[in-house]
Amino acid sequence: MEGAAEVSGVLGILERLDRRWVFLAMALAVAGPILVMGLTRKTLPETPTDASRAVFRAVQSLPQGSTVLLAFDFDPGSAGELEPMGVNMARHCALRGHKMVFISLWPLGGQMIDQTIEKVIRADFPQLQDGVDFVNLGFQAGNEQVMRVVLTDFKRAFPTTKSGRATADLPILQGVQRIGDFALLASVSAGYPGSKEWVQYVVSASGGKLPMVSGCTGVQTPQLYPYFPGQISGLLGAIKGAAEYESLINAWVMDPANAAEWSGRGAASGAPMVLPPKYLEAQRRMGPQLGAHLLMVVLILLGNLVYFAQRRAQRRVAA
Amino acid sequence: MMRIVALAIASIAGLVMLLSPFFPRLESVGAQSSEIFNVIAAIAFILGAGSLVKVNVSRVSRRDAGWGYAFVTLLCFVVTLVIGLGKIGVPPNPQFAATPWAGEKDAAGSAFAWIYEFVLTPITSTMFALLAFYVASAAFRAFRAKNREAMLLLGTAFIVLLGRTFAGVWLTDGLPDWASGLRLENLSMFIMQVFNTAGNRAIIIGIALGVTATSLRILLGIDRSWMGASGGSS
Repeated sequence: MEGAAEVSGVLGILERLDRRWVFLAMALAVAGPILVMGLTRKTLPETPTDASRAVFRAVQSLPQGSTVLLAFDFDPGSAGELEPMGVNMARHCALRGHKMVFISLWPLGGQMIDQTIEKVIRADFPQLQDGVDFVNLGFQAGNEQVMRVVLTDFKRAFPTTKSGRATADLPILQGVQRIGDFALLASVSAGYPGSKEWVQYVVSASGGKLPMVSGCTGVQTPQLYPYFPGQISGLLGAIKGAAEYESLINAWVMDPANAAEWSGRGAASGAPMVLPPKYLEAQRRMGPQLGAHLLMVVLILLGNLVYFAQRRAQRRVAA
Repeated sequence: MMRIVALAIASIAGLVMLLSPFFPRLESVGAQSSEIFNVIAAIAFILGAGSLVKVNVSRVSRRDAGWGYAFVTLLCFVVTLVIGLGKIGVPPNPQFAATPWAGEKDAAGSAFAWIYEFVLTPITSTMFALLAFYVASAAFRAFRAKNREAMLLLGTAFIVLLGRTFAGVWLTDGLPDWASGLRLENLSMFIMQVFNTAGNRAIIIGIALGVTATSLRILLGIDRSWMGASGGSS
């Protein structure tokens, strides 16, 4: 705290507050909602924004059997925000009967893809075949240069799958010469290289022929808004965006009127009355976010109360 | 002579990359240059590993302050490298049953996958999660309404912080339809889509102009700082 003048009373206690109390308050603000939501299995209602609705529409409007390129450019550090986006994008594509080609420009992205495949495709869509309906091409070094190569020759940039199979023989990539042959590029991005570079090097170069949607961290969201809705058709910003997208998919799946559109593709048939926790994960994470944001607002207000009290005390001392 | 060769390679490669989007005949040459870059990028991983070993070995051998951390870094590096390259505990790949070591290094059940799941993932997640505590502490101690600009920043922060949660919806849900633009979630979106977009676009355009100028200086050989101390800079 600046200044020599001392503040008395409650504000004085706040002025001298050990920051470990702040840490404890943050731990409680985050842990409380996690425990409550875990025990009650309830989530907070979401009001999807236009940007999230646009992501849902982009996947929803593709003809069945379209091939979607999913770029998982993140690692475990940002999985808290981005993993639910990846899970829901894969789930949405599988429910709509789209083919999924997974790639990553981050060294640990290949494992994030594996986790998503295990969690969504192998668990709930066991009829989908590796290499036919989905494939993990893993990590490729080279950042923007990989993007440059896929513009003209996709298989040249990714000659093998993560498990070592030649991409030239893969049924899922028959008919894919360049990245423009994909129906949609869905980028899940934690930073560089990520969504921004996909826009600058691929979407712009494709002359608007390749539609793109993006899911990104909260830090990256402000940097991507200038590209929405022009180059990026839909945008999921942080866990809030993931929760909105998840709620849109859940609402669609839970509506019996839509069951005919996706039944037969999932492990269960008909509209499920109870959604598994993995498909509520993004919405459940909004609870800790609410607690943390409210605490931040309270801390900023308290900090400013102390600041103005200090200024008043300093003026008194000066007078 | 070596400097001229390096300059020529940089200029030719740069010009090819620059012109390939405009001339279809140069498209494949541009892709080939990108592929060469990818090989160099892969080699950079080896250089990076070499640099890591060199720096940390010298810190340990000189017993610099914090040499213990350097030792742990080296130990983790060597253990991970041996486990990854040796494919320890990797199950055989059913697609290439006759080929030894054909399994993926990070296949389920392998030691590498174990390190990823039980060491790397918790460590990186913990590092990221710690940010919340530091941000909270900083919010309490440093985020002060000292002047008009700081007040604007504070007001914007409140709107975005509340508008990105259910609290924003709950607090302003009672507003009539004609004032729906004042609901916190809508105000938050307005700030992101209008003020933020305008500012960010200005920054993006500024950066693009700067990158263009710097690229031209490198292509024309005016800026040679990328060659290091021996390259010199005019």
